[in-house]
Formats: sequence, structure tokens, C-alpha cells
Amino acid sequence: MTQIHVTTTVNGDEVDFLADPRETLLDCLRDKLGMTGAKEGCGTGDCGACSVTVDGRLVCSCLVLGVEAQGKTIETVEGMAEGEKLHPLQRKFIEHAALQCGICTPGILVAAKALLAQNPDPAEEEVRYWLAGNLCRCTGYDKIIRAVLDAAAEMREGV
Amino acid sequence: MPLDTKTTGFKYIGTRPDRPDGIDKVTGKARYGADAYAPGMLHGVMVRSPHAHARIKKIDATKALALKGVKAVVTRADFPTGLEGEDWNIQENCMAGEVALYDGHAVAAVAATSLLLAREAAKLIEVEYEVLPHVTDVDEAMKPGAPAIRAGAADYSVPEGLHPNVMRYIEYGHGDLEAGFAAADLVMENTYKTEATHQGYIEPHACLAQLGSDGKGEMWVCTQGHWFIRRMSAAVLGIDVANLRVTPSEIGGGFGGKTTVFIEPVALALSRKAGKPVKMVMTRSEVLRATGPTSSSSIDVKMGMKKDGTMTAAKVTMRMQGGAFPMAPIDSALDCAFSCYNIPAVHHEGYDVLANRPKQAAYRAPGSPMAAFATESLVDEMCRALGLDPLKTRLKNASREGTKASFGPTFPRIGLVETLEAAIAHPHYAAPLGTNQGRGVASGYWMNWGGETSVSAALGEDGSVTVSVGTPDIGGSRASMALMAAEALGIPYENVRVNVVDTGSLGVNEPTHGSRATYATGLATIEAVKQISSKLCQRAADKWGIPAEAVIWEDGCAKPSGPNAGEFPPLTIGELAAEMGSTGGPISGHFEATPSGHGGSFGTHIVDVEVDPETGHTSVLRYTVVQDAGKAIHPAYVEGQFQGGAAQGIGWALNEEYIYGADGRLQNTVFLDYRIPVASDLPMIDTVIVEVPNPGHPYGVRGVGETGITPPLPAVANAVHAAAGVRLRSLPMSPPRILAAIKAKG
Repeated sequence: MTQIHVTTTVNGDEVDFLADPRETLLDCLRDKLGMTGAKEGCGTGDCGACSVTVDGRLVCSCLVLGVEAQGKTIETVEGMAEGEKLHPLQRKFIEHAALQCGICTPGILVAAKALLAQNPDPAEEEVRYWLAGNLCRCTGYDKIIRAVLDAAAEMREGV
Repeated sequence: MPLDTKTTGFKYIGTRPDRPDGIDKVTGKARYGADAYAPGMLHGVMVRSPHAHARIKKIDATKALALKGVKAVVTRADFPTGLEGEDWNIQENCMAGEVALYDGHAVAAVAATSLLLAREAAKLIEVEYEVLPHVTDVDEAMKPGAPAIRAGAADYSVPEGLHPNVMRYIEYGHGDLEAGFAAADLVMENTYKTEATHQGYIEPHACLAQLGSDGKGEMWVCTQGHWFIRRMSAAVLGIDVANLRVTPSEIGGGFGGKTTVFIEPVALALSRKAGKPVKMVMTRSEVLRATGPTSSSSIDVKMGMKKDGTMTAAKVTMRMQGGAFPMAPIDSALDCAFSCYNIPAVHHEGYDVLANRPKQAAYRAPGSPMAAFATESLVDEMCRALGLDPLKTRLKNASREGTKASFGPTFPRIGLVETLEAAIAHPHYAAPLGTNQGRGVASGYWMNWGGETSVSAALGEDGSVTVSVGTPDIGGSRASMALMAAEALGIPYENVRVNVVDTGSLGVNEPTHGSRATYATGLATIEAVKQISSKLCQRAADKWGIPAEAVIWEDGCAKPSGPNAGEFPPLTIGELAAEMGSTGGPISGHFEATPSGHGGSFGTHIVDVEVDPETGHTSVLRYTVVQDAGKAIHPAYVEGQFQGGAAQGIGWALNEEYIYGADGRLQNTVFLDYRIPVASDLPMIDTVIVEVPNPGHPYGVRGVGETGITPPLPAVANAVHAAAGVRLRSLPMSPPRILAAIKAKG
């Protein structure tokens, strides 16, 4: 099938790639741009391991076509840290042991960042419902929720 | 083996440092199974049977091979013949021979230059089937008239007259059963059923394989145990193990399901045929249809109890189907059925049964959750009938050091009593409950495992230490190994780097399974680094001109010790390492063993639920896990194991199940329909780490990974009964089933 030339912005950098119209944004990020931080856990939008934002909106990149990225602004887990300085969510996930195998972690970090962007002071229940689309099979979510709440508190204090 | 056991006065053990792979995993840099690429790489896709049971009459790949970019197609004809026993089972499961045995069974595979092309080609491979009668339920599979899946394959243990689907039969016990039941004030007997569940790791199986026509190959794979992958792949392909180097990726969950092969030998066969590297990544539907879920089970339990709660006799019969292959975990299920209790007379019977389902694989304490569901539900029913406190009754009968275990041996030092006492004392146990709410408790056991283990440690020129281990790190084990090495050497945690190395770098290591990594790899790590300190003591002794016996290792330094050692300032590990090239050469340590002092772990859980009488929906309100860790090396990751096990058990109890249609096809093949617990389903999960040191480990460690999934099934069932007044003896307790039970009660 004819490939389509796509120009887009990923984590602040302008990039371009050729996409088969059937390929997902997740496939394009991983296989064409070498950005393997987003993971495919299901391919059906049920697990959230592929979470990224498109123009600030949280999406499952397995449900977005690569060609839809044309002219958009994409943010992935690879763009969360500033150089060697981790985002507070990333730091709190390590401190709280909020990951075991770590395969869901990139998606959960992207989703949690999107939550805190619109609600800097979420209640535990709000965090749980916001992250209900991000499956974790290792942790039982306890330490994940604590890490997000702790990061939110720190970000509110502007540390 | 005699061990220099230390259980108190630790400097690093019991602290909670950041894990060494933390930054890689929060920044997206960590490389998992599907994150590998090779120049000239092809993509492999499997063709799978849409039938539960069907004879393969013809496979025609002509149209697929005619597509430009399609490089190879393999079928069973591309694999060697003559394999026997479990090797044959594994080969047959990876690629069907004459008969497809379950919905999703692989029948062919294709490799092409792109994934899209390979998927297109797979659709063009024409397979002609003759559909055969099928059976998917364990009890149905044992009935007269059920289709025989592999007639004549049963082993010597099966008594005459049973259906040919019964592959193995086990019977054992001790004590006078009839006298025991006669002495009881109450005898109860019930039947319980559990449906198959899946480990549900978020990372699908993935590998990147390369195999030459000379039989030499390499593979990158997400697995719990790359030596297992090497041995099984080599057997399936008929090549030597030493010619296959397997490197483990970071692993995105396993829980037992990644201890065997599915796509790996097929990717190697495609690579050999195409002459190029081949990457294969399963879809989620492939994972659910064609990897190893658990067995489903049907269980009869009978128990006798006196009015004061004393258990007098117990009998269990377990029927488990493990798919179309033998080895459903009846052995470990039976061993765990009554392991919590000191009962004078016990009897066990087990039937390992075939059904047209995928070959079961291990899932966290394989068999134990099913057995616990039956036994611990019945204990709860009996305590209710006699008006007894369920935890105090368990304590009264609890196994302890010196108890003759239900499965034969005498228990060494174990911690069940301590977990029960901690649960009874926990505020959760006495907290008030509201309307439609109920509390359930249950205990559980897993015997744990030691297994083949090989570890090397090498001293760097600056005094830092590299430890090479062979057990993939699924939940923070590199941090635990580094803590144990740091403790043994008296050097900072940050000065130890632990690497999980490939099959070419160490002797055989069993997988990260059986709750063995922190125990066995930890033990080997401690012993390996002690060889380094012992060699450093020798170097210091040579330098000082005193005997090595007069030098001790303390706080990361060699120090003279004893009346005739003389006065010398301590030599640090850094000082000794800096000059090792001129004092005798490189220094390393190595330890290998099959340690067997693993020591089992017991746990006791308390759960509060609320059951909505209108919908039958169960909400988990509060959950407390109490479990014996022996010694928690990194407590945060021990808590994580407790919490994760509880969450998986809650899913198994309330919602997860394999649903087969009348056509024998799996109906819920995506996460939307096979729904594992999500964040909004669960409360915080409280943990209490009990530490009863294991005498079989230098620091007292017991494995903690598996026990935690065992109590939740009965604990939740007992809580549902307390909340809604209905006893569900069949899992999962999904809302329609609870609602039907409530309505039936009236």
C-alpha cells in the first residue's frame, strides 16, 4: 500500500516518517522513530500501556493511526524528564517502589501527568478512576496511587 | 549445607534504596521483549486453529509464498520427529502435528519483510480441517462418552476403568480417616469449582531469533528463565543447547506464564529457513488463546471438627484439566490443601485430566489457590456452623515447627502461627462493619523452591563489585541482590552493580519461579561475594606477612585479628582492589548449587466487602495481607509482592474466567472481556511483614512471591457470605452469579 509522508512534533522535536495508512501511531513511534517507551499490551485500547498525548489529549496510541499525527503535537514518556532531571512523577514512582516489572509504567506516567495538568489536587478516588484505563498486573495499584498523590502534593508546593 | 546465618544487626538489609533499573524504567529506556530490532529483520506471524479439536488434513502455503516479501513458511514438517515425553508435548504445543488440540493452537507460521505483509500472508495460508468432537470442562471430560483427546497416553498411575482423558492419578495420606470422622462433632463435605484464569502479564510474549544452517543461533526474549528457553527450544529444534545463546530482555510480568516456550522455537525455525533474523510478538488475543492459563478445577472436600474447633480428619479429591496435555498441577494443589493444619488423618486424591484447551502453565503458586478456595471455604462454613471464631480456630489447628505436614514431611521452623496472631491483633479484624458488608479471612501456603543456581561476582579496580545472575528481574530483584552483596561485603549498596546475564555467561539457572530468586540467587550471591572478601583477606595477609587466618573482613576492610596478628592499619576494599593486578591478578567469586533449604511461606488475609443486593456487585472495601517473609531484604518490594498477589487473587475470586462457547472457542480474548482488576476496583492493600527467619538462608530469607495469591479466593468468598448470606462454591463470584444466589435464597 502507498506510504504517506507524515510530519509531526514529538516531545518538541519536528520529525517525519512514511506510514502505511493501516499502521497505528504506536507502530510509527516505535518502529519508525525508535521511540519504544510506549508499549503495546493489547492493541485494543484496554490496557493503556501505549498512552501518549496528542495536542494535550490523553489517548491510546494503538487506537490512533500514524497518519493522524500529521501536524499534531505528540508527547510521550521519553519527553517527561528534562535532560537528567526527572519529572516529579518519575522520581516518586522510583521512591515509592510503584513499579515492579515496569511495562505499564510509561503509560501510567503519561496518564498521571495528564491528570495533574487538569487537576493538580486529585482525591485518591479521582486518581483511581483516571488510571482505570491503565492496567497494572504486578502492584495492586497501592504504591502507584501513593506515588501519584505524593507527586501531586510536591508539585503543588512547587518544589 | 551449613550456613553462617545472620538474622539481626544488618546495615543494608531491610532498607529501601532506589532500584538500580528505576531510571531506565520511568524514562522509557528499558528494553523489553518487543523493543529489539536487527538489521534485515523479518516479522513472523502464526496461523492458528479456529477449532477446538480438528484433524489437519492439508496445509497449502502457495498463495502466501507467492507474495513479494514473504520469505519462509514453516509447519510441523520443519521440526524434527521422534521427541518423547515433555519435549514432545512442548513441540506439539508450539506447532500442531496431525491434530489441532484447542482453539488457537498454532498450525503454521510465516515470515515476511513487514508485519503487515506477514499478517496478510498468514491469511492466505489455507488449512483444511476435519472438525472433531471436543470437550472443555474438567468434569465433562471424565464422563463416559467424552471425546478421547489422546487415547493411550495415560501413565501407569491411572486405575483401570477411568476415561482415557485421565492422564495421571495420585493418592496419598496418613492416619485413620474413618476414626477421625467418627470422633468429630460435625462432618461437612462440599464440592467447589474454579474456572481457568490467565496470568495477565501486560507484556505479550516477544522474541528476536536468529538461527543459522549450522545450528548456531542467538535469541533475545522476554522470559522468566532463559536457560529453560534454551533447553526447550533446542529440544524442539534438535540442536545442541550450547549453540544457542539466549539473552533475556527486561520482562513485563510473567507470574509463571513465561517459564516455557510458545513462539520461540517457531521464530528460530523461520529464521533458519529464511536465513534472516525473525521477530515474533504475540497479540493479546494470542496470549489469551494460546499461552498457558491455569487449570480449571473441580474439588470435593470433607472435614471433621469437634465442637471446640479441633480438626479430626480431612479428605480432598481434586480434578484438574491442564489443557490438551498432561501435568495439571494436582501434586502441588494436593500438597497445599491441608498444609495449614495439624490434622491426625488426611487423605488426598488427584486426577490430571485432558480437555481441548491450551496447555496450562504455572501461575503464582500453581494449584494452591484452588485448593485453598475449597479447604478454607469449608473451614469457614464449619466455624459458622459451630459458632467459632475463624482465626482462633485456624490458630488452634495451625501447623508449626515439628508438625507432620499433611503432605508427609515434618515442618521445620515456619511462621503460620505468627501470621494468625498478627491478624487477630490487627485493628482490621475488630473494625465495625456496615449494612451489606461482611468480613472474610483465610490462610494459605506455598512450599517455595530452591533450584539450580549459578552466580558470579567480580571485583572492579576501584573496589566496586559486579554480580552476574541468571534469574531475570521481574519485581526489583537486582536491588535485593545488591543489598545482600553490600551487606556481605560491608560496602555501600551503590557500589554493587547486578546484571542479569545471558546463557553463555553462567552455568544453568532455573527461572525466576517458585519464589526462588531472592532465596536461591540471593544465597549464591552472598556466597560468591564472600569468596571475594576471603581472597582479599589473603592478599592483605600476604602484604602484612601474617597468616590468612589472622585476617578478618569487617566493614569493607581487611583487618588483622587475634593475639599474634600484629598491628596493621586496615586495608579497604578499594586499596586492595587498586593493586590486585600486581598482588596475584583479578579477583572474582563464584558459587553454584541447588539449594533446598527454601522454607515455605504462610500468609493470612483479612478482607471486607460490600455486596449490592440489587446488582450482585461486590466492592472490596478493605484488605490486609499478613505474611511471613523470613527476612525482608527490600521491604518495599516484599510489600509489592503481597499487594500484587492479593490483587490477582481478588480478580480470580470476583471476575476473571475463561469463557468457552459451545463451539469450544474462547469467547473473551481481549482485556475488555477478560477483565483484570483496575485501579478503581481496589482499595489500598495493607501489609504486615512477619519475619520468622528461614534457617536455610544466610539472612533468613523465605520466598514471598507466590503465597499471596492463595488466601484471597476463599477470603473473598467468606466475606461475600458474611455480607450477603450466600455461599458461592464456584468461581468467579461475578455479579450475575451472586445475584442468582441471592434470589435463590429468597
